[in-house]
Amino acid sequence: MTAAPAPKTQPPEQLRYARLLDWGTWLGLVVLVLSFAAYALGLADPHVPVSRLPELWQHPVGRYLELTQSPTGWGWLALIHRGDIAGLAGIVILAGCSVVCLLALVPLYLRRGDKAFAMLCVAEVAVVVLAASGWLAGRH
Amino acid sequence: MTARRTAVLVGAALMLVAASAQAGGAAAGGAAVPWWAWPLALFGVCFLMGIVAVPAGIGGGTLFVPIVGSFFPFHLDFVRGAGLLVALASALSAGPTLLRSGLGSLRLALPLAVLASASSIGGAMLGLAMPVNVVQMLLGSLVLGIVVLMFVSKKSEFPQVDQPDALSQALALNGIFVDGASGRTVAWQVHRTVPGLILFLGIGVLAGMFGIGAGWANVPALNLLMGAPLKVAAGTSGLVLSLVDSSAAWVYINEGAVLPMIAVPSVVGMMMGARIGARLLDVLKGSVIRRMVIAVLLFAGARALLKGTGVWP
Repeated sequence: MTAAPAPKTQPPEQLRYARLLDWGTWLGLVVLVLSFAAYALGLADPHVPVSRLPELWQHPVGRYLELTQSPTGWGWLALIHRGDIAGLAGIVILAGCSVVCLLALVPLYLRRGDKAFAMLCVAEVAVVVLAASGWLAGRH
Repeated sequence: MTARRTAVLVGAALMLVAASAQAGGAAAGGAAVPWWAWPLALFGVCFLMGIVAVPAGIGGGTLFVPIVGSFFPFHLDFVRGAGLLVALASALSAGPTLLRSGLGSLRLALPLAVLASASSIGGAMLGLAMPVNVVQMLLGSLVLGIVVLMFVSKKSEFPQVDQPDALSQALALNGIFVDGASGRTVAWQVHRTVPGLILFLGIGVLAGMFGIGAGWANVPALNLLMGAPLKVAAGTSGLVLSLVDSSAAWVYINEGAVLPMIAVPSVVGMMMGARIGARLLDVLKGSVIRRMVIAVLLFAGARALLKGTGVWP
């Protein structure tokens, strides 16, 4: 696919979204790689010893959590100092950066009187926040 | 080295590493192999998948779940969690360029993404609640279905949309982009918005349930059903994916189904491979790579189906 450099033809909200998404993705990837390097190199003690992983990751997630006493929902924050759990920080940034991008568009749409798209941004944020809230975790 | 030979070599390497992984995984449930061998093998396989995914015109996530789920010792719950992150990271990385060039339309992506995101949460919860053999069987069937779709799906570079429907008009689902190949400015609009929205509801369920990414479904839906130009369909599909996979990924994160030791080498390997794949676009012959990917998907889909039915555990 050829990316045509035609920024002037694109609406301002699209360009703002692109800029914020760029920052969010880079931040997420940097945190992801650095935290994983610290984990894999043994610089931070893991919650689950790496040597035990091959016997654990073949189990369904429920059994894995039981065997490792690992947290669900946002419980991982309490264990962020652990090498393996710290790896989730980058993942969380990647999964959450769209929320910031969408919220930044709402004032732009409202100023232009485009209420439908302002509401669509809020609706999408609500869906991601619901998924992220952990309220749905463990309900299956 | 000819394009055909390069493609065959990459394919053979992919199959060899996957087969070695399966052999290692079969030994005492993978416990006989040192722990570090797995992320290393995963990185290697994902790197190769990343190389072939770009010229084959499919998302790396579509290859990831069937191949890693079939040939590595990880439980499918963790493979799907990692698969979603692979698809998410790829979509997020491509997003800014697509948006700036106009090949991805935020305006077109948003209404579709809201519905697909909501349904992907349901799909993710359903996938985590279902017995693994059922998910394996459904995954195998889906992958074989994707192979059929890759065979029969037609593409229309600039579909004719004479009149946008009322909803498309109300939401102003149109845009403009400069086609890099011809250098001309293309204005586009879409139609059949309501059927498109309904289809994306279903696509969201599949994306969440299998963690497989959904570019294979998004692009035909946007291009053939709604009438978006092929390049806009491909670019907008990436934006939809970045939002849909965010929602579904959160379900897997909150359920504890994302293991950094599986997810991170996969994401990094796939992204590095994709960069090489993009550079090799001129060297590798797309049709040869596509045929090879179809063969790999056929094998992985059949393997998932047989694993689910217990014929080839």
